[in-house]
Amino acid sequence: MTAETVAFAGVAVVLLGSSLAVVLTPNLFHAVLYLAVALVSTGAVFLLLDAPFLFGVQLLLYAGGVVTIVVFAIMLTERLVGQTIRSASRYVVNGAVISAAVFVGIVGFLVQAPPGGARPALAGDLTIALGRALVGPFALVLELLGVLLVIALVGALYFARSEA
Amino acid sequence: MPLNAYLTLAALVFAIGLFGVLTRRNAVGILLGIELMLNAVNINLVAFARFAGDLGGIIFTLFTIAITVAEVAVGLAIVIVIFRVRRTVEADHLDLLRG
Repeated sequence: MTAETVAFAGVAVVLLGSSLAVVLTPNLFHAVLYLAVALVSTGAVFLLLDAPFLFGVQLLLYAGGVVTIVVFAIMLTERLVGQTIRSASRYVVNGAVISAAVFVGIVGFLVQAPPGGARPALAGDLTIALGRALVGPFALVLELLGVLLVIALVGALYFARSEA
Repeated sequence: MPLNAYLTLAALVFAIGLFGVLTRRNAVGILLGIELMLNAVNINLVAFARFAGDLGGIIFTLFTIAITVAEVAVGLAIVIVIFRVRRTVEADHLDLLRG
């Protein structure tokens, strides 16, 4: 067992456990906290795949941004009712069967696929190459992303404005 | 670890997220399940990028993360508006468009 195998196993256990907790906890607020754990451990998977910059982005945007927004939404919708949101599940058996079928389908493809080779050696610093690509061949896409974010912000403002 | 290990992990997270989307009653809970599914896809993208020695997958992941955050912001704004109007966030009660 190499160090990488041990690290992968540990991260996988945390990721799968917290993911299961997200979908199974009856208390929605706890589910969001477990989602934060799942998002951070996904970032750890990015670290294992030699992408430290993505780990930072994942922490800042996902674990920082998304979790904060969801907590806000829960607080707002809970406060107005004045009772704790209970998110009871329904169709548990059907959902489990469909999810298991999707998983078996994906793994079926994985088993048939030819085994890939070992990962190639890193060609220089990935973050530097990433920055060069973002202002080079992907510059236009980056600008489009900025436009999309502005549209999303304006849309969210439009929804959230008071009727008066 | 081989590529298949990462892909299997991502498939498991994707299936768990799908289970959450199918079984949650609360609209916010459904959004949490969608987050898990998008995360699984990101793991796939980064794993393929790393093992193919191609930068494209990592850049794609950067864009999907940013777009997902925008999607969550708009989605939760819609949830809050629905709650204001209908006083419920249970997905089963939101059947205005049912014919």
